[in-house]
Amino acid sequence: MRDKTRLFARIVGERCQGHARCVAIAPELFELDELGNAHARLHGLVPKGLEAKAWLAKANCPELALDILEQ
Amino acid sequence: MRSSATQSDLDNDFDHLDPSWIADPFPIWDEMRQNCPVAHTDKFNGVYFPTRYEDVRAIAYDTEHFSSRRLVVQVEPMDPPLIFPPITSDPPAHRAHRKLLLPLFTPDAIKRHEPHARAVCQELIGRLTGNQSCDGAADYARHIPVRIIAQMLGVPNQDADLFRRWIRELLELGITDPQMVAHATEEMCDYFAHAVDKRRKAPANDMITFLLRAEIDGQPLSNEHIVGTLRLLLIAGIDTTWSAIGACLWHLATHAQDRHRLVSARDLIPTAVEEFLRAYAPVTMAREVIKETKVGGCPVHPGQMVMLSFPAANRDPSVFEHADRVVIDRQNNGHVAFGLGIHRCIGSNLARMEIVVALQEWLAAFPQFELAPDAVVTWSMGTTRGPQQLPLRLG
Ligand code: HEM
Ligand code: SF4
Repeated sequence: MRDKTRLFARIVGERCQGHARCVAIAPELFELDELGNAHARLHGLVPKGLEAKAWLAKANCPELALDILEQ
Repeated sequence: MRSSATQSDLDNDFDHLDPSWIADPFPIWDEMRQNCPVAHTDKFNGVYFPTRYEDVRAIAYDTEHFSSRRLVVQVEPMDPPLIFPPITSDPPAHRAHRKLLLPLFTPDAIKRHEPHARAVCQELIGRLTGNQSCDGAADYARHIPVRIIAQMLGVPNQDADLFRRWIRELLELGITDPQMVAHATEEMCDYFAHAVDKRRKAPANDMITFLLRAEIDGQPLSNEHIVGTLRLLLIAGIDTTWSAIGACLWHLATHAQDRHRLVSARDLIPTAVEEFLRAYAPVTMAREVIKETKVGGCPVHPGQMVMLSFPAANRDPSVFEHADRVVIDRQNNGHVAFGLGIHRCIGSNLARMEIVVALQEWLAAFPQFELAPDAVVTWSMGTTRGPQQLPLRLG
């Protein structure tokens, strides 16, 4: 990965069913609404140092509702 | 491998009530996944059993061809089927039935019940302290979820024995004995109808009262809906989670290395619990085929049932590396023990909290526990799989 690459995390709203795995793994990056569905914090920007957590959250989402974009 | 069945038996006539399947289904599923990934039996009026992750996933997402109105494979299905909203609801009604309950089960809402769960576990452990041995299922796992959900619903936990009997009659004995189902169902309906009446007169801070006040599109819920949801929360909240706690204890009683590791690295418990949920997923639901379609290339016919084996999907080696091995620090673990799609388990945050607390307290009290010498471990069959009898030496 190039040094300048920035990661963005996105929850595909209609796929998320609120398993809450992403929030358990990376509470810095995701939060749940009152129905328990997830939303990315910080407009999806993954701060430096949290990249590994973002990928781990993606790998643990049973609904495959979590996308990570490299920009 | 089993010796009692040949390959063609599995293709044409799998038997999920066979003792070898109940004791150790994993090699059987592996063989089916390899040789006949959409197995079928003529028993129970026709049932399919897909074992591949991708097929289980596709069915869970396909509410057009598969209905949840019948969810349990039984010799003589109830007609019309009883409703348990939202689990027996199909779109479009399902969404509103489910949405109602979601706020009660978010991780934050569940955190409030953690002290109670911990106190229950400590009390149960207190009764065992000083004993050399016990039954991990009957003396521990089985009592935890029932007490938590009883309090959440607002029914007395003194009725726990009654609840456990209903569950056994509905989900296990009822598979082959329709009268048992009818009888247990009638008792449950009466019980909850009575509890609802009481709350109508004297509201309390519990789920029965919550459901009485709830509305969908400005209309209060029907009595049938309220009683159906209460029946669901009771059944879904008890037997699933005690099976999961029991399976965790069984694993740790038979794998000393994993036990040592969790005793010394308590922080690893939540990660290990996810792996236990993957490897020993307790819940297998079913769907009714309502429109001709294909599963993994195999035609499936309306009126027949399809078992939705989240446990078999979790063992699919094309998705999970070393799927047959329990790796308690597994990092990539998108297991589907709590289902997939619109019916994702509403109680998943509650179940996770209960399992983690139960293991934390148990391991702190009995760091040396193991299977009793000559122990005979038996497993439940049907919709939920977990140890029924789990003799332990407490060390
Ligand atoms: C380890 C424990 C548990 C497991 C493995 C489990 C598993 C599941 C599964 C696989 C489903 C999906 C059913 C389907 O697709 O037809 C489900 C649904 C459900 N579960 Fe659980 N469950 C557990 C504990 C609980 C608890 C503690 C509750 C709380 C009361 C609960 C309440 C529900 C409800 C209400 C649904 C229906 C959701 C819907 O249809 O929208 N479960 N569960
Ligand atoms: S893990 Fe996936 S399904 Fe669960 S809350 Fe996060 S994004 Fe939604």
